[in-house]
Amino acid sequence: MTIIGWLQISLLFLATLVAIKPLGLYMARVFSGERTVLSPLLSPVETGLYALGGIRKDKEQTWLGYTLAMLAFSLAGFVALYAILRLQAYLPLNPQGFAGMAPDLAFNTAVSFVTNTNWQNYGGESTLSHFSQMAGLTVQNFLSAATGMALAIAFTRALARSKVATLGNFWVDMTRATLYVLLPIAFVVALAFVAMGLPQTLDASVTATTLEGGQQVIALGPVASQEAIKQLGTNGGGFYNVNAAHPFENPTALSDYLNIFAMLSISAALVYTFGQMVGSRRQGWALIAAMAVLLIAGVGVTYFAEAQGNPILTSIGLDPAAGNMEGKEVRFGQAMTALYAAVTTGLSDGGVNGMHGSFTGLGGLVPMFLIQLGEVLPGGVGSGLYGMLVFALLSVFVAGLMVGRTPEFLGKKIEGREMKYAVLAVLILPLVILGLTAISAMLPAAVASIGTAGPHGLSEILYAYTSAAGNNGSAFGGLTGNTPWYNTTLGIAMLLGRFAYVVPVMAIAGSLAAKVKVPASAGTFPTDGPLFVGLLIGIILILGGLQFFPALALGPIVEHLAMLAGQTF
Amino acid sequence: MLNHLRPALTLVVAMTALTGLVYPLAVTGLAQAVLPAAANGSLVARDGAVVGSALIGQNFATDRYFWPRPSATGPDPYNASASTGSNLGTTSAKLRDRVAGDIERLEAAGVTAPVPADAATTSGSGLDPHISPEFARAQVARVAKARGLSEGDVAGLVERQIEGRTLGVIGEPRVNVLELNLALDALKT
Repeated sequence: MTIIGWLQISLLFLATLVAIKPLGLYMARVFSGERTVLSPLLSPVETGLYALGGIRKDKEQTWLGYTLAMLAFSLAGFVALYAILRLQAYLPLNPQGFAGMAPDLAFNTAVSFVTNTNWQNYGGESTLSHFSQMAGLTVQNFLSAATGMALAIAFTRALARSKVATLGNFWVDMTRATLYVLLPIAFVVALAFVAMGLPQTLDASVTATTLEGGQQVIALGPVASQEAIKQLGTNGGGFYNVNAAHPFENPTALSDYLNIFAMLSISAALVYTFGQMVGSRRQGWALIAAMAVLLIAGVGVTYFAEAQGNPILTSIGLDPAAGNMEGKEVRFGQAMTALYAAVTTGLSDGGVNGMHGSFTGLGGLVPMFLIQLGEVLPGGVGSGLYGMLVFALLSVFVAGLMVGRTPEFLGKKIEGREMKYAVLAVLILPLVILGLTAISAMLPAAVASIGTAGPHGLSEILYAYTSAAGNNGSAFGGLTGNTPWYNTTLGIAMLLGRFAYVVPVMAIAGSLAAKVKVPASAGTFPTDGPLFVGLLIGIILILGGLQFFPALALGPIVEHLAMLAGQTF
Repeated sequence: MLNHLRPALTLVVAMTALTGLVYPLAVTGLAQAVLPAAANGSLVARDGAVVGSALIGQNFATDRYFWPRPSATGPDPYNASASTGSNLGTTSAKLRDRVAGDIERLEAAGVTAPVPADAATTSGSGLDPHISPEFARAQVARVAKARGLSEGDVAGLVERQIEGRTLGVIGEPRVNVLELNLALDALKT
């Protein structure tokens, strides 16, 4: 580790910190239905969309109505995307003449993008037409992110309001998230990306004659427009197979910064929006503080582990000074790769600028563990916020148990009903991840997909289900995921991770909205101070961590010890 | 559920038009008008012929050129239509054997141990256009000999081609292999 490396990491976090307040306030205006600077341009479009859909924008929905609308919208999005992928051979903008996707792969990919996971069992540049990338994947990059934001805002309203039955209108929240937040920012970021070297063309490829006389076919396409929303929406599905490690997705140190900033800023700012809408900005900052502590710790551990290099390779004559360079790009080095890896998994982005599967055991444990914590640091746009709020409810409940008082959060009494739903939600992740990993580890057909034998093989399977259930999308790429078994079970894990989690969370929101907001008294546990931040961090680590520790011990931890002992498999 | 059908279907269709066609095509139009070189892949031409992209690595195998990092793409290294890393874990025997083979090849070509880390490892993309300044310097003697140039001239060229950190802080020092080799060819004439 070097000082300049830590400086690279600190600067990015500082830039994000500066953006949180203005962006957070802007989104609070958007979701309160107020006019913004973009209203003169976008308000006619918005009105037009409501008219087309028969949407009455003042008609609010109950938690159930809101949830059913979200499910209907996700289902419609899934059907549209599945159809496009299957039929791409008959659709326009297919200069390479790619055939339609196989049914199991199309199912996996469509689920992957609708659930904001963006797991890639396909190689973008060798499988997908421009039409599929644009009208298929890019669209769901917008809509799945806007859906997450809408859900988080509905949960926020439940805590902000007193004794109401409704949480807002899903169609309005989703439309405004797309029109006023994601679309304009994506447009600006996409153009900045082009200026940094990302291609943006409808051509398929260029053939170059190399200096040594060989032929090199260089795949091109509308890369910048997809990269922008991929990061802003914490989607992570790249235009190319290797994602943001590809020089056309991420050509320079500056584009790497913009990549990370784009994925981090909206998610973090949404926590500020939450504080603003519930009338306690301090509460927003308290949550951001807890997120930042855990995220920076994650960056530090990965950076430390990767900077040591791989002692097995050092022993045969490789210089460890530059760290573990297998699967990493020279232009990013160790600090910026560690930063990207921790942020992409602390969020639910899943884009990568280096191959996590080639990290050291400890370095690769961190991204896996950050997903298993529930991706709340600060998590996917929206999904991270409501995930964090579930942890906050659990924290005040534990604190309430310790002093023997009915726990409260922002003036709402937290009772048995909310706790049952909260526990139901947090059990989904370990159930899906550990259950499916255990089954796969016993199936010869599933084990055959492993790329590296030994403990790393178990890590590859564990990471795959962790990434799918957590709706992340990054991978230990040694695993051959494009098989009927993995396409199907990973698809199911993604669906459960998104929807089986969000339904109980929305039920909590409905129950909280109906409660009276009681004013704070001398006996109220303050949830915006350092004591609460410490408790929250503890709850996240204990709940998220202990459930997965045995599995992590068998995978990445054993691998790291084997590496230090010089053992290969 | 049925009353959600109309907004769900119309919004999916309308948003597909807006975010899937209007947005990317507007960005494409603007990018092609204002930044055509970058938007078309930062291509590099010599004598009117495209020799590659400044951002994409290409393979060099002869002694007359500086070599890039090993690449994991198939069937050939630096296949720019099928990017991939090796995805091998740190304890992989396959990784150790491959690196050992590359170190042997590099030492035979005059690179002294310990070999720079990037010289014998594959990148994440398989298309890394850069090598470290250390790996470039380690190749000076071989290239100078193959071209009949003085080591001082080639070493000077390498130093001029080193790109520093952006703003002095972010990224790592690096050398673009294609640009270095183009400058090398220009040096000869």
